[in-house]
Amino acid sequence: MAKQKITPSIDPAACYVLDVAELMGISTSFSRAANHKPCTVGSGQAGVCCKNCYMGPCRITKEGQVGICGATLETIAARNLARAIAAGAAAHSDHGRDLAFTLHAVATGEAQGYAIRDEAKLYAVAAKHGIPTKGKTVMETALDVANKAISEFGQQRGELSYISTAPPKRQKLWRDQRVAPRGIDREVVEILHRTHIGDDQDASHILLSAVRTALSDGWGGSMWATDISDILFGTPSPKVGGVNLGCLEEKQVNIIVHGHEPTLSEMIVAAVQDPDLIEYAKSKGAEGINLAGICCTANEVMMRQGIPSAGNFLTQELAILTGAVEAMVVDVQCIMQSLVGVAEHFHTEIITTSPKVKITGATHIEFDEHHAMDIAKNIVRRAIDNYANRGEMHIPTGDGMSEQMVPGFSHEYLAYMQGGNYRASFRPLNDAIASGRIRGVAANVGCNNPGFTHDQVHMDVVAELLKNDVLVVSTGCGAIAAGKYGYMKGSTALDPEKVGPGLREVCEAIGIPPVLHLGSCVDNSRILTVLSQMATEGGLGDDISDIPAVGLAPEWMSEKALAIATYCVGSGAYVIMGVRNPVDFSDAVSHIMSNEWEERFGGKLEFVIEAEEIVRHTLEHIDKKRAALKLPAYDPARFGESGDAALAAYLELPVEEQMAELYG
Amino acid sequence: MSRYIATRAIRGANLIVQEADALLSKALQEKGADCPVAFPNTAYYLPTIYGMTGREVTKLDELTPVLEHAKDLLHPVPAAQYWTPYLGETLDSGMSTLLAAEIIEAIRFVYGEEPGRLAGFHATGSSFTSPDGDVAGGPGGNGRLNGPIDDVQLRAWGIQLVDGRMPGFAAIVGCAKSNEVAVKIVRELQKRNILIFLCGNVNGRSVIHQLQEEGVEMGYDTYIVPFGLDTLSAIYPIGFATRSALTFGGMKGGQAKDILQYNRQRVFAFVLALGEVDDLKYAAAAGAINYGFPVIADTRIPQILPTGVTTYEHVISMPFNEIEGKDDLERAEKLVQKCIETRGVKIKMTEVPIPVPYGSAFEGEVVRKKDMRVEFGGKYSRAFEYLRMVDMDQVEDGKIEIIGPDFADVPEAGAMDMSILVEVAGRKMQKDFEPVLERQIHYFINGASGVQHIGQRDITWIRISKAAADKGFTLKHFGEIVHARLMADFGAIVDKVQVKIITEPTLHAEWLQKAREAYDYRNNRLADMTDESVEEFYTCTLCQSFAPTHLCLVSPQRLGLCGAYNYLDCAASYQINPTGPNQPVRKGMLIDREKGIYAGLNEITQQKSNGTVQEVSMYSIMTSPMTACGCFECIVMLIPEANGVMVVSREDTSMTPAGMTFSTLAGMAGGGLQTPGVMGIGKYYLTSPKFISADGGFSRIVWMSSVLKQTMAAELQAVCEREGDPDLLSKIADETICTEVDDLLVYLEATGHPALMMEPMF
Repeated sequence: MAKQKITPSIDPAACYVLDVAELMGISTSFSRAANHKPCTVGSGQAGVCCKNCYMGPCRITKEGQVGICGATLETIAARNLARAIAAGAAAHSDHGRDLAFTLHAVATGEAQGYAIRDEAKLYAVAAKHGIPTKGKTVMETALDVANKAISEFGQQRGELSYISTAPPKRQKLWRDQRVAPRGIDREVVEILHRTHIGDDQDASHILLSAVRTALSDGWGGSMWATDISDILFGTPSPKVGGVNLGCLEEKQVNIIVHGHEPTLSEMIVAAVQDPDLIEYAKSKGAEGINLAGICCTANEVMMRQGIPSAGNFLTQELAILTGAVEAMVVDVQCIMQSLVGVAEHFHTEIITTSPKVKITGATHIEFDEHHAMDIAKNIVRRAIDNYANRGEMHIPTGDGMSEQMVPGFSHEYLAYMQGGNYRASFRPLNDAIASGRIRGVAANVGCNNPGFTHDQVHMDVVAELLKNDVLVVSTGCGAIAAGKYGYMKGSTALDPEKVGPGLREVCEAIGIPPVLHLGSCVDNSRILTVLSQMATEGGLGDDISDIPAVGLAPEWMSEKALAIATYCVGSGAYVIMGVRNPVDFSDAVSHIMSNEWEERFGGKLEFVIEAEEIVRHTLEHIDKKRAALKLPAYDPARFGESGDAALAAYLELPVEEQMAELYG
Repeated sequence: MSRYIATRAIRGANLIVQEADALLSKALQEKGADCPVAFPNTAYYLPTIYGMTGREVTKLDELTPVLEHAKDLLHPVPAAQYWTPYLGETLDSGMSTLLAAEIIEAIRFVYGEEPGRLAGFHATGSSFTSPDGDVAGGPGGNGRLNGPIDDVQLRAWGIQLVDGRMPGFAAIVGCAKSNEVAVKIVRELQKRNILIFLCGNVNGRSVIHQLQEEGVEMGYDTYIVPFGLDTLSAIYPIGFATRSALTFGGMKGGQAKDILQYNRQRVFAFVLALGEVDDLKYAAAAGAINYGFPVIADTRIPQILPTGVTTYEHVISMPFNEIEGKDDLERAEKLVQKCIETRGVKIKMTEVPIPVPYGSAFEGEVVRKKDMRVEFGGKYSRAFEYLRMVDMDQVEDGKIEIIGPDFADVPEAGAMDMSILVEVAGRKMQKDFEPVLERQIHYFINGASGVQHIGQRDITWIRISKAAADKGFTLKHFGEIVHARLMADFGAIVDKVQVKIITEPTLHAEWLQKAREAYDYRNNRLADMTDESVEEFYTCTLCQSFAPTHLCLVSPQRLGLCGAYNYLDCAASYQINPTGPNQPVRKGMLIDREKGIYAGLNEITQQKSNGTVQEVSMYSIMTSPMTACGCFECIVMLIPEANGVMVVSREDTSMTPAGMTFSTLAGMAGGGLQTPGVMGIGKYYLTSPKFISADGGFSRIVWMSSVLKQTMAAELQAVCEREGDPDLLSKIADETICTEVDDLLVYLEATGHPALMMEPMF
């Protein structure tokens, strides 16, 4: 059966470059996905497959069938899922660990080029963990914070320190359910152990420990990663930055940073501003050096420096296809091996930098924070040297090929923007939800998946939610998507065609876009912090599970996405993932993730594929939570009276005429 | 914010901070770094700066870091196309504006330019003894506007703000559409007892001019305070709000967020912007929104309806001509209604069927001799009032009898004898409540516009103005007022009320005799009650809406520190409202007889102070003294050198031997703080045998404000005799004798004051 051909992307810039690829006969993830037929057992649709021992592999395609060891369909499905969650949690947490080590190196004066950019945040984090700071220098405090973070990875007993920042009711629930994580690494290791042949063979029990592992990511590794990144590179606040392939510069040296960690990319941000290097670039005939990001590295530098984003996950090959990229510098996670193959057709040099990641055929310049600035400058210099080798270019230009966006919504700034220095709080947001101006909140996060039209599900969902007065926050590749289509501009919030009347009023009062960019996928921890603060602020119940909010990952593809979804559910959120249910074949396991988890945690994980259905489920859930809080039913007709638009005509009048009509 | 408002407010903020910068540089150059800066008769330094930053500014160069902070709070205006959020930034710029405004006003004081001048302006005076007296040294003299509200007034209003008589304040900025509208707006607010603060102008014309032209009396007594003709004077109401939090909320300077939240939650205030709103007004309004005060404009401006920083909508626009109404007066009325709705002010209005406006805002109105139609009591006649409880069948509810002639035949500005006899009946009425209800007559009658009531019992003195008489106000309206208010306010204990107004001479004399017998009986009855003779005292948590950790304990021999609630008042209040602020509390196990420490009282104090106060003694200033909210009539404070205490009255603005004025002392005594050696009290506690009896009693008083000596001469003389030292009062110094400790010691030595020979106080 021939696979039905789908439109590759709703992004005109992507389509433009894909045409180039087709003409040049270069394969991309888009073309490969179009020709790919996934294994229906591996995908969890028509069965499950167990490869955890070497008696098998065992394929279960019928209810009642068991593996050689007797493992049931439920056990195998739960084990596979738990391993995926553990892998995702490991990726995030390991990212956090590296940042902790960087902070340690900075505190001991061994990290070249780094500094503590946000001392206030350092002290706030120290306070959060009960680390005494009195009489200590900034560096001594930084060292204590770094040591505390490092210790939590190897911690064996007790519980992670961030647990105490959750709403008290949630903490109690975790302890009662025995899912408060004991240490970050321990939980991941334990999943690998439990899912080994002949261990934990009760689906519900396996998945409970998967929740604990996921929580060790959300309230452990990821949260440390976010907080330490803020300490080292500054807590984000709104900036204006460009997005999409159109931000590549025809006459400048283009360097792309891709992957997930801010550690090296922040150094490259500094290096490209080095006057000597800019001079060097000019000596090579370029007008300057243009840095752009892809995937979550883009989000990290976009959030803090407004560095443009060339695109999200599925754009990585396309950036090289423009022929305008001198170097693509990658670190960890979501880096396609195909980059090297695509780059072979162009002058682009793929540079791997992480000690953990090498790709056959790529240049490896291993990153070491002790010599970070030297390495960064070396990389930039190589890129400049490569400028002369540039051939034909296909940078998409013109309408829709690039957009402007306003990123930078850290949870600290979210509180600030609702009250300024003196009155920072979440009261206005809670008030807006309670009154019904904002119906609820949705976090639209996660990857792209070439099995679906690139960005389409993201945007169909976001567009419909905004019309229904749902405030959308976003991270990761979903955030970049929203940016590309203009949803991260303040002016979009004022468009009555796109945004409901109540949400528009709130956005206009604060000056925010209707979709708020909270950061990279590791920064989903910020969403946990925001939800905790909303629960504590009052008026919307006293736990995360009371808040009319939903988490969405409509185009997910990575194991990290499963880990994020699971820690959100464990924290009390309703999470809808798109694409497909990886354990679709086991009704029992699907039931555990929805009904059983909802009973235990107040949150649940469901898989819904169509955008329309995702929206329907989201709104239903939001309205259900509103009703439980005894909030007024959603009624957009009551709102929309305020703002500048009503006065636009009047304010454009000459002063004398304004005066004449002053009193109406 | 909307982007339009944000742009204008941020622009205004940047300009005013520049202006403050220039003015400060000039002043530093001309006056020097050490030149003192202060607002007159106010505590807490420059209050907004102190509240928001914790800086205690007393010298010019101490303003420099404040200005730097104000600059740090500024932001650029939002971009036209790709803007970043602006609400937090605008609120910060608003705060910056307030700091800059206070800097500018403080410097203007240095140059003698504040309070602003207004030709022909004279504020209403205030006097508790005679309507013709003028308040000495009060603001508003010499054609000057008010400037900052002085501390005595802040505290005097405190109790009214907490007990709901005064629901909040309106800061009116700008100029109304017409004089007629200005007067109507103010009258509507007065009717609801809302304090009215005036400032600013539109093209040089201010609402203050409008009211002056229409002959509206402005001053503390009419609840209308004209601060200044420019927008910057809006810093005074903000300072008033800040000081409320410091005075009654127990907050410290620098607790900015708490102070702002306190105002949002507890001070019902709003800004009413009349006429065109310019950049500076937008900026100042952004500052006010930090305090949770919404802004209502009578012109076309963008609205900000989502809530959060303020409790209800942030900015409301009601273009005046678009308000539905048959004429401008009706529109003005609706505008005021909207303001009240926006702030969520709860207002209880009692309809009183009389031909003149009625409300607490008129309580302070003065009827001067030249405006007077007739007076009862005072120098030329005798008036008294007497309320008694009678059997149900002897009262015909609502019956008002005039016994004797009306004042129609009394010549203009003449006097006549009169008495108000009130007879009440009710199933829950008790004889003990008679004096409590009778004392309300003063407040009830004063609420009528153009009528002034002074004194009580047989020293009652009432005046009716010509204006009120012209509108048809006659004797029977006293009855109407008393009936309506007693039924409305005390309906829980009073079922029926009838009033007899007696001017017939024989009956007048006869009833005066009966009334005096009743007064004596009541005096003796309360005098007979001692703290030992009762098992229960009363709590008073009335002020907890303002001072959340303060608890008053009221006993037969120690009345509430505001002077308004004695033991019987509390008993009555409990009867009237069993779940209200006055609850009986068992004294419980005696811990220390001398100091008056009881287990039951400690327990309730711990509970009601949220654990901030652990122990309270009823009769000691040195050990666990009772805390205070901020409404106290007097402050008692230890003078260690003299081995005694001084007593400073709220009305005394002079320096004291402690080196501090009442205002400064009040900061130490109020806010629910327990400070050994400092205590806020009601002045009649001075006459109690239990007055700091653990520390030596009345004989410990070495210094006392002369106003107390004068107004309580007879009562204090009786105390001196009780203490066995009839000359004691003359041995106590006052501010006319000395205001320095050294001089005080010389005086005490010379008069042989007993405190010098008493045991050491600590």
